[in-house]
Amino acid sequence: MNTFNKIFCLLFAVLLFASCKKDDPVVVPEDVKFTVPSNFPAPTYSFSSNEITQSGFELGRRLFYDPIFSRDSSISCGDCHISYSAFSHVDHITSHGINGLLGKRNAPAVQNMAWRTSFFWDGGVPLLDLVPLNAIQNPVEMDEVPANVVRKLNRSSVYPAMFKKAFPGLDTISGADMLKALSQFMNMLVSANSRYDHYVRGESGGTLSADELAGLALFKAKCSTCHATDLFTDQSFRNNGILSDFTLDKCRYEVSTFPDDIGKFAVPSLRNVERTPPYMHNGKFKTLEAVLNHYTSGVKDTPSLDPLLKQNGQLGIPLTDIEKQQIIAFLKTLTDESFSTDPRFQHP
Amino acid sequence: MKNYLFGLLAFALFATVLTSCSKDGDDTTTDLTGTGSVTLEFDHRAGDASLVFGANYRTANGDTVKFSTFNYFVSNFVFVKSDGTEYTVPKDECYFLVKHDDAESREVTISGIPAGDYNEVKFIIGVDSAKSVSPVDQRKGVLDPAAGASGMYWAWNSGYIFVKVEGTSPQAPLNSSTGERTIEYHTGLFGGMTSKTLNNIKEVELHSHDEAAKVRKDTKPHFHIYVDILEMFTSPTNIDVFDNPTSHAGPYSEIVANNYADMFILDHIHN
Repeated sequence: MNTFNKIFCLLFAVLLFASCKKDDPVVVPEDVKFTVPSNFPAPTYSFSSNEITQSGFELGRRLFYDPIFSRDSSISCGDCHISYSAFSHVDHITSHGINGLLGKRNAPAVQNMAWRTSFFWDGGVPLLDLVPLNAIQNPVEMDEVPANVVRKLNRSSVYPAMFKKAFPGLDTISGADMLKALSQFMNMLVSANSRYDHYVRGESGGTLSADELAGLALFKAKCSTCHATDLFTDQSFRNNGILSDFTLDKCRYEVSTFPDDIGKFAVPSLRNVERTPPYMHNGKFKTLEAVLNHYTSGVKDTPSLDPLLKQNGQLGIPLTDIEKQQIIAFLKTLTDESFSTDPRFQHP
Repeated sequence: MKNYLFGLLAFALFATVLTSCSKDGDDTTTDLTGTGSVTLEFDHRAGDASLVFGANYRTANGDTVKFSTFNYFVSNFVFVKSDGTEYTVPKDECYFLVKHDDAESREVTISGIPAGDYNEVKFIIGVDSAKSVSPVDQRKGVLDPAAGASGMYWAWNSGYIFVKVEGTSPQAPLNSSTGERTIEYHTGLFGGMTSKTLNNIKEVELHSHDEAAKVRKDTKPHFHIYVDILEMFTSPTNIDVFDNPTSHAGPYSEIVANNYADMFILDHIHN
């Protein structure tokens, strides 16, 4: 072995050591295969224009956890989208961005993105590839110019090689490829291994208790119009009676400009809901009990209130205390431990 | 000789800048076969005067306004012959961002047009909805949202700013963030993808009643188009800069877009 080879091997070993935590298993190509769970509908993401590859996924993962996206390199995507809480910001009503500035709305979970028809509480972004631009440019989140991020990436000592591997044929890193790499990582964030999933797919480990089953039946009868399909959202925008005045945040209206949309927010998925308090766009409720109490007795009547929450002149959804507990028991079966702890999705 | 050299240089520069839309034809035949190109010159006006940033103009409402930004997208070009037949320019070749402070951007060349006599050009102000939701790597140059699309893009309400007008007016209220009497009209909204939004895309049809553009392999007819920034402040609705000093992605943008829809006027075509 000549000196060059020795140095090379040493360098390689150092790099390997530096880039992997002790418990970080070596990721093999099969690990980044995107599959559609059998209880899910067809995805909406256009994979033909951005197929997931091992190197693209690894790059996206590194980018997701890199504060390079923020103006002063203080905040990464992963800071407010934490794996434990299905990539939402647990215990934070709104998240703190650059200089500790607070955002306007509760950071949404990043899960099952490949099925979404729009993004953010107001649905202002229709394509996953465009999602990061919003957080990068928001003055209270990362407050950075995307073109600057691309410049920083091009100047970095690690990224040019990673991009070249993930997107061969390019001499410089492009903004489009930066976004595509992030999409590859986010598209892999599929949560479909909760106890409920095993139950509904007839797999082992899919046993639900009597209370959980009763909760599921109640959920189907009373909640599943909005929290529809096994994505647990119909992806519509609705006013769920959360506030009596939307002056401070008109949400969907701010995107569409249609007066009927004042106070309408995207229906969130309920997957991993146990892990994602506080709840609602404004983080108003700390517990699932408080959420169900809202639906039984806290709904505020405003012009855009969803008609489902005011049937026969009656506000809210009638539920007994036992029914509430059963629904909560069912909701907890949507917790996907393997998703939150998947080593492939952690900080590299 | 000097002029000739300068012209050649200008042409070479132009051809480089607009590689996506230019194919030079050095053929000298005059028959109606093959394709040719046209130049569209966007001549910015403020009423009867040429637009100069920093100069004072008077709106229909009687407000005194001074401009510092005037940018807009034009795209989806269609040329119409006198017999009504149309030539639609391949969309991807022709998205233009015109900026008043960038003289080169105010003159665009479109090539590959079948030879013929054209007396009408149609285009849209803004970027069509299909392009607004196309994959990121299909949006190059001025359309690249990851490069900021030259400040003509909203990341929070994904889409291009079609027309951006900024300036000041003594009649406008003091703007607390700029410390000036700012006027600022950023107009966009393409109608939404899965969920509907306001649609402010405006179609423009410019018809010549006398001269037609004689597109040949060896000619380069020229559409001289006036773009009157003051039209944005009037017809159908006079904008009062005190009441509405700014407009972004809100309902008022519909009024602004309806106003600027008629700011393009075909002054003449010369061959």
